[in-house]
Amino acid sequence: MSEHLHLSVALDGAGWHPWAWKDARVRPAALFGADYWIEQVATAERGLLDFVTIEDSFALQTGAAFTHDDRTDHVTGRLDAVELAARIAPETTRIGLVPSTDTLQTEPFHLASALATVDFASRGRAGWRVRAGGARESENFGRRETFELTLDWYRTPEGQAQIARQFDEAVDVIEVVRRLWDSWDDDAVIRDVPTGRFFDRDRVHHVNFESSSFSIAGPSITPRPPQGQVVVTALGHATVPYRLAARGADVLFVTPTSTEDAARIVAEVRELEIEVGRTLPPLRIFADLVVLIDATSAAASTRLERWNELDGAAYVSDAFIVAASASELADLLEEWRDAGIEGYRLRPASAHLDLPAIADQLVPELQRRGIFRHEYEGDTLRGHLGLDRPANRYATATAPRSASTAQNTEN
Amino acid sequence: MTEKTGTPAKRQVHLAAGVPGVNHYTVWGDPTAGSQIDFDTFEHVAKTAERGFFDYFFLAEGLRVRERNGQLHELDVAGRPDNLTVLAAVAGVTKHIGLVATASAVFNEPYDLARKLASLDHLSNGRAGWNIVVSADAFTGENFRRGGYLPYDERYDRAGEFVDLSRVLWDSWPENALHSAGADFVSRADVGDYRYSGKYFDTHGQFTVPRSPQGHPVLIQAGDSADGRDFAVRTVDVVFSRHSEPEAGRAFKRDISARAVAIGRDPESIKVIPGASVVLGDTEAEARERAREISFAQVTPQTAIALLQQVWGTDLSGYDPDGPLPAVPTTDGDDVIQGIARRHDDRLATAREWFARAEAENLSIRQLVVAATTRHEFIGTASQIAQQLDEAVQSRAADGYVLSGNVVPHGIDEFVDQVVPILQERGVLRTEYAGATLRETLGLGELPVTTSWAERRAS
Repeated sequence: MSEHLHLSVALDGAGWHPWAWKDARVRPAALFGADYWIEQVATAERGLLDFVTIEDSFALQTGAAFTHDDRTDHVTGRLDAVELAARIAPETTRIGLVPSTDTLQTEPFHLASALATVDFASRGRAGWRVRAGGARESENFGRRETFELTLDWYRTPEGQAQIARQFDEAVDVIEVVRRLWDSWDDDAVIRDVPTGRFFDRDRVHHVNFESSSFSIAGPSITPRPPQGQVVVTALGHATVPYRLAARGADVLFVTPTSTEDAARIVAEVRELEIEVGRTLPPLRIFADLVVLIDATSAAASTRLERWNELDGAAYVSDAFIVAASASELADLLEEWRDAGIEGYRLRPASAHLDLPAIADQLVPELQRRGIFRHEYEGDTLRGHLGLDRPANRYATATAPRSASTAQNTEN
Repeated sequence: MTEKTGTPAKRQVHLAAGVPGVNHYTVWGDPTAGSQIDFDTFEHVAKTAERGFFDYFFLAEGLRVRERNGQLHELDVAGRPDNLTVLAAVAGVTKHIGLVATASAVFNEPYDLARKLASLDHLSNGRAGWNIVVSADAFTGENFRRGGYLPYDERYDRAGEFVDLSRVLWDSWPENALHSAGADFVSRADVGDYRYSGKYFDTHGQFTVPRSPQGHPVLIQAGDSADGRDFAVRTVDVVFSRHSEPEAGRAFKRDISARAVAIGRDPESIKVIPGASVVLGDTEAEARERAREISFAQVTPQTAIALLQQVWGTDLSGYDPDGPLPAVPTTDGDDVIQGIARRHDDRLATAREWFARAEAENLSIRQLVVAATTRHEFIGTASQIAQQLDEAVQSRAADGYVLSGNVVPHGIDEFVDQVVPILQERGVLRTEYAGATLRETLGLGELPVTTSWAERRAS
C-alpha cells in the first residue's frame, strides 16, 4: 500500500444529486459547452487530484431501471466523453483524464486510437473507464439480439449467463485494445533516409486477435501512446465485474457501505486476482462515495434532505452517500484505507459546492494528516498512481536487428 | 483591399490545410520534418492555417497500416491520431477555423459517429465538418467487427442511408429544447427519441446530444464516379476533388453544377475544393527547381520501385531505380500495396503508358515515377501563386483548395506568411472571420431543411 491516498472525482452533469443543477442555477445549455467542464477539471487540478472520470452512455439519463423516466426537470443528455477529455487536455497540465466508453457497441480499433490520441493530446494523462452498456444502449445499433428489459429477467439463469457473456466480451475488448497500444514499439519510427524507411516494420506488429465475437488484424494506426498503456479502470458491484477488472484493468472502483464491507470486497478482489492468474501489477482498489461536504455533518444532512424534498424523491445511489464535514469525511477515508482501500472516486453531489469543497477543504485536511500529496510529483496519470510505464509485450519478441539496420540508425 | 464600385464582387478563395498522414507526398526525410503524431504538430498547423484565415483544418484517414507484398509498407509516413479526438483537442487551441474529420461511413456505426460529430460541433462552437468516405475493402475490414463485406455497387446506397440516419439523429432534439430558465431542463420528455427503418439500418432509441450549433456539421465528399458525383450533389456541402488543374477543374465544377441543377439544387450552394500542392520561390526559376527537388524527395529510390510494382503487379525489387523500366507485364497481377486509396483502374494500360513515356522521354524508373505520380499545381513566386489561385477561382476551376504542405509541420508556413497577404490585397481572402460557424465561413447559407423536425417526429 502506498503511503498516500489516491483521490479522484467522477464528473457527471452538475453533480450527482438531481437537484444540483437547479440549486446552482446552471443554464442547461452550459453543460454542452467546453467551458463548464474545463472549470470543473481546473478545480480538481487545483486540488492535486489523481484524475477525473467523465460519465457517458448511449442512452439518456434516467432514474428508473431499464427505461427512460420521462422527467423533464433532470439533467438530460451528454457529450461524447472521449472528445470532452481531449478538449480539456490542452487546458490542463497535470490531472489525469478518464473518459467512459461502452465496449459492446463500439469498435475496439477506434477505441484504441481514440484513447491513445487523448494520451498524446494530454502528454500522458489518459485513462479509460470501461463500460459494458445495457440493452437501452444497444437498441441504437440494432445489430445484437435484444433482451427482455426487466430486473427479474436479469436475475434468471439466462439473464446471468447473458451478463457473463457481455463481461467476457468486454474483457476481450480490453485485451485487443491493450495489444493495439503495444502494436508499435516506442522506437518504431526511424526515418532512415539511406534505406528510404520511415519506420522499421520489425517494430510494428499485427495483433491478430480473435474472439468468439470479433477479430482484429492490426496494427493500430496510432503509435504507442506516451504512457505505453493508457490506464484502464472499471466500476464493479459484484463478482462478475470484479473478475473483469482482475483480468484487464489497472484500477477498480468498488462501492462498499462500511469498513467491514470494504474489507470483504478487498479480500474478494485479491482472491480473484490470484484465481485469474493476473499478470498486471495488483489492482488499485478505489471506493466510490457520493459526497456532500458542509461545515458540519448536520448542515450536510440537512442539505441532502432539503434537496430530496425539493426533487420529490430520495436520492439513491449504488455508492455510499456521505453527508459530512471535510474532517469527518477524512476520518472515513482513513478508516477504509486501513481496510485495504487505496484510493477514492468521489462523486460530488454538487459540482458547484462539493467539488470546490473537495479541493479546498478535504485535500488540505488530508495534507495535514500527512496522507495526501502537497504537489504533483509526476506529470503522467501512471505517475500519479505509482504505476510504472509497462514494457511492450511485442518489443521483447523482436528479432535482433540486421547489421545494415544497425549501421543505418547510426547515421 | 477595396472593391471598386460598379465591379461585381470577386469570388472568394476558400483555403484548407491539414496534416498529411499517409502517402509518399510527405517528405519525412526533410531536416525540418517533425512528428506525425505529437499534438504540437496538429496545434501548429491548425494555428498557422487560422492565422492565414483558412476555412478549415482537414484530416484524411486510413484505417489500416498499408502493406506491400504482404509486409507493412514502411517507406511512407504512417502513424496518425484518431481524427475526431484530435480535432476536439485542436478546438481548444483555435477559435475560428473549421475542423473537418474524414470518417468512414462503412467502418463506423451511425449512432456513434453522429454523436461524435455533434459533440465536436458543440465543443468547437459550430466548427465541425465531416468528410464522408465510403470505401469498403476487405483488407481494412479486418480491423473491424463487421469486416469487409459491402459489395462495391452498394456502397453509395448504404452511405446514403448512413447520412440519412445521421440527419435524423441530429434533428432528434428540437431547437431550443434546452430551457434557459425555469424548473425544467428540457422542454419535453421525448427529446432525442428517434426511429429509423431502412434497408441497411433499422434502429431506434434516444440520441443523447442536443441539437448542435450548426444543426448538422458541414458535409464533404470526394466521390469521382458518376454515382459518387450524384451522391455528392444530393448529400454534401463541399466536394473534395482531385481535379486540381484549372482546365480539368472547370470541367468537373461544370459537371457538378449541372447535376445539382438537375435535382433542383442551387449550384452555388455546393463548393468544389480540390487538393493542391503549392511550391514557392523567390523567383519562378527557384520555385521550379524546388518543385523538382520536392518531387524527387517524395519519390525516393525505394518508393519509385514500390510505386512501379503497384502498376506492374509483380516484384521488381531487383531493379535499379536509376535504370530503365522493365518490360510491360503481359498479365495483370495482384495489388502489391494494400490499403492505398486510389487504384489504377486498368493496370496494364497504365503500365503500357508509363513504358512508352519512359522510352519517348528517355527516363529512368525513378524519373518516370516522379513524372507520372507527383504534381505541384501552383509553382512560382508569392505574387504569381496568388494570381494563379485568384484566376483559378474567378474562372470557376474551383472554389478554393486544400493545400498539402509537403513537409510536416511547417509546410504551409511560408504560404501563410507570403501568399495570404497578397490574396487579401487582391480582395479574394477574408481579413477577419465574419461568421461564427464553419457553415458561415464557407458561405453556405442556411442549413437546407428537407424534412422538419416536427414532420419527422410525426412520421
